[in-house]
Amino acid sequence: MLQRFAGIAAAAVAFASVATCVFAQDAERKGIAAPPGHVFKTIISGYEFRSKETRALQDDDLENPGFLAVERAADVWKKVEGAAGKSCMSCHEQAETSMKGVGAAMPKWDDKLQKPVNLEQRINICRTEHMKAEPWKFKSQELTDMTTFVRYQSHGMKVSVKTDGPMSPWFERGKQIYYTRYGQLDLACESCHERNNGKFMRADFLSQGQTNGFPTYRLRDQRLVPLHERFEGCMFDVRAEPFKPLSDEFIALELYVAWRGIGLPVETPSVRN
Amino acid sequence: MRRSLVAAFALCLSAGVACAQEPTKTPIKLDIVNDALPNSLTGAPGNAEAGRKVFLTRTLGNCLACHQVTSLKSEEFHGEFGPSLDGVAGRYTEAQLRLIVADPKRIFTDTVMPAFFKNEGLSRVRPEFVGKSILTAAQVEDVIAFLKTLN
Repeated sequence: MLQRFAGIAAAAVAFASVATCVFAQDAERKGIAAPPGHVFKTIISGYEFRSKETRALQDDDLENPGFLAVERAADVWKKVEGAAGKSCMSCHEQAETSMKGVGAAMPKWDDKLQKPVNLEQRINICRTEHMKAEPWKFKSQELTDMTTFVRYQSHGMKVSVKTDGPMSPWFERGKQIYYTRYGQLDLACESCHERNNGKFMRADFLSQGQTNGFPTYRLRDQRLVPLHERFEGCMFDVRAEPFKPLSDEFIALELYVAWRGIGLPVETPSVRN
Repeated sequence: MRRSLVAAFALCLSAGVACAQEPTKTPIKLDIVNDALPNSLTGAPGNAEAGRKVFLTRTLGNCLACHQVTSLKSEEFHGEFGPSLDGVAGRYTEAQLRLIVADPKRIFTDTVMPAFFKNEGLSRVRPEFVGKSILTAAQVEDVIAFLKTLN
């Protein structure tokens, strides 16, 4: 028993020394003060956890590879498609004004569907209902480009999702998913992104898992990655059967995680590892 | 002709047996005594050198993802999730180490460390891992043998 106590004490000392150096790095990570009742004291963008080089790449609009998607979608915005003979522009005119703020406040309640929809879903609703065009597939370049383009119109604006009223059960469902351990590795989102953010995990610092930069240009994938693909990847890596992209579960999780980053500036297209 | 028929039949038979065995993995039961597992999971001691490989291999133990070990300094990227394992053999008995690796939540209820020898009671496990533990009994014993070298 004494031996065990000594063991725990030694482990605690070792842990404390690691924690000290983590806090030293933490001090350099700039964040925003969280509102009362929030899970974090300071809300920190994934940007702050990345290397100087990665941050520089994001900050330079000419070098940031995510801007190729913005440019491609700017052309598609004007392109007439579907049986109704419309483009995005036919209804929404200049995206710079009509789409400003839209991407900062997603997922948003849809009265007709009686559920929250995210940006990808909203774009496809426009295509099928108003343009009478085929919906774009999730993970297709077209859908990810347009999602990036629309969200870019909110660049620098604060993430601000509504979580009350009819959104409330969705928020609670998302929260439940966030704190549930999944897969053979038995890990929850919380295990890494709440409890251990800021710590070194293999070759990388664990972030708070904020979503303000999505779709994000991932250096390892060499392309823009939409949020639900990242959710899928996390679940797959803990050897869990992931929920499907755009499923109710991932929409609920998207809503909840957006709330965890409330007030952060939209960084789309961000650059991450 | 006859021989090939016999061979084909034998193949069907063995494939049938393999298929029948695959889904019915029996749940792992641990013989816990005083927060420890006194008996080797295989009935034999493990091999420290094999355990070192299991410890380092990402698809097996992947222990360095979360822990630091000074004697493995030549390996890159020691994680910070868990405590350093330097001197871990002096802090815990072999029997305690065995339970910590097999199912750490039995001792440290709030830890994020996965159970390496557990095959049920998990949520949404990917089909290819259903009914399987992360490590085999022999691999756990090898890791224990390696941990015992960390004095």
